[in-house]
Amino acid sequence: MSGAARTIPAPPVSPETKPFWEAAAAGTLVIKRCDACGDRHHYPRAICPFCGSDRTSWQTASGRGTIYSYSVFRRAPVPYAIAYVTLEEGPTMLTNIVDGDLDAIRIGQRVRVRFVPTDGGPPVPMFAPA
Amino acid sequence: MSIKGKAYIAGVFEHPTRKADDKSVAQLHAESARGALTDAGLSFADVDGYFCAGDAPGLGGLSMADYMGLKVRHIDTTETGGSSYVVHVGHAAEAIAARKCNVALITLAGRPRAEGMATGTAPRNYGPAAPDVAFEFPFGPTVVNQYAMAAMRHMHQYGTTSAQLAWIKVAASQHAQHNPHALLREVVTVEEVVGSPMVADPLHRLDCCVITDGGGAIVVARPEIAKTLARPRVRVLGAGEAVKHQSGGKIDLTYTGAVWSGPAAFAEAGVRPTDVKYVSIYDSFTITVLITLEDLGFCDKGQGGKFVADGNLISGVGRLPFNTDGGGLCNNHPANRGGLTKVVEAVRQLRGEAHPSVQVKNCDVALAHGTGGSLATRHGSATLVMERES
Repeated sequence: MSGAARTIPAPPVSPETKPFWEAAAAGTLVIKRCDACGDRHHYPRAICPFCGSDRTSWQTASGRGTIYSYSVFRRAPVPYAIAYVTLEEGPTMLTNIVDGDLDAIRIGQRVRVRFVPTDGGPPVPMFAPA
Repeated sequence: MSIKGKAYIAGVFEHPTRKADDKSVAQLHAESARGALTDAGLSFADVDGYFCAGDAPGLGGLSMADYMGLKVRHIDTTETGGSSYVVHVGHAAEAIAARKCNVALITLAGRPRAEGMATGTAPRNYGPAAPDVAFEFPFGPTVVNQYAMAAMRHMHQYGTTSAQLAWIKVAASQHAQHNPHALLREVVTVEEVVGSPMVADPLHRLDCCVITDGGGAIVVARPEIAKTLARPRVRVLGAGEAVKHQSGGKIDLTYTGAVWSGPAAFAEAGVRPTDVKYVSIYDSFTITVLITLEDLGFCDKGQGGKFVADGNLISGVGRLPFNTDGGGLCNNHPANRGGLTKVVEAVRQLRGEAHPSVQVKNCDVALAHGTGGSLATRHGSATLVMERES
């Protein structure tokens, strides 16, 4: 039932996203905020997807959010729940829901980030019921 | 510049194979091209524009032009997944209108079934340079569980039910029983769809399209050329294309890029949804059809479930006959890309050459719509409006 029950592929780390994965390794979720328009985005980019500014900076997120949508993939050897979670800070991110009953997952449910180890790379942010 | 009336669909071909153990991908492309040119009454020597997408082997358009011996002065390898070939028809009409070519050939082919590809159920990885891969691939996004998230959200927001979605498959199966080439010709019921094994909540096995080998081709020609040919004439009236993505994290899974491509195509064509007698709607999954019909304006947003229920998409029964060949849900989804066959069946309907059991009476205006990629992350939408020239 947990994310650890299946092998999670390592995310490829690029120079552009290295700070995200360094923060992840330290157990912190960060997102990108644009210093020009003030909007926050995910996945993180050097160039703001809303206004095109190159003045973007990293911001620590609360790690709290709600489930926007999800699906339990029953056909997988170990069924898992893919989901979009909307962070308190605004952006909605693709993730997995872990540490709970897969059949109890609901849209609108409050969740909290939990970093899960990957196969030879930095841990990735998944979410568990808050 | 409008493309309205500037180009005609002169030839179409859907490869009859559904499992091509004994053929190469290039061969399937060329056999499909030959079929469409023969249908039009043209030859390879007449082709001066070539269009293909990511399924074309090797260096795509260059490799296939080489294989087929084409001498082209216009080439377009726009890649928007399964919607590419609907985009290509619009681009071909533009190129013809701009006098860049006279006879445009569009081909598609692939053999995922013979190659044993886990088409919709294995996470796809487009390589470490894809900017999204690190933030998506570790979470196991497959084609089916991504579309499932769109379905789950639509159900949450609008009360759409699995039984309503099932009606889309039921309609496709009603049509497929008349298609001797269809992979699945058995008529199914709503109960059978919702009772089939769950693949990714809330999508059941029978909410998913088939996996087939094969291909298809389309020939688009300048009006002066089309008018010399013996086939019924199908005129391109309007085309629209769009890309929808995650918008930097401002996610809304309840609509598709059809909200942009549809109005653009209708405006160029000068027709309204109520003028359309037949629609080919990309049906990778039942949910794809439901959301697309809303987005194209055939019903209000959120009312798609009610609209598709009770046989409304069945030819001769409902108000909006769709995918009368059985579509991707029952007939064919060659190379995991269903856009081309959507155009083919719309042309059959406009010519009056669909199977008599599903032929729409007085089918003078038809629409074909493609969706390529994923509803949940990134997809291309393409809408094409065509008419039978009386």
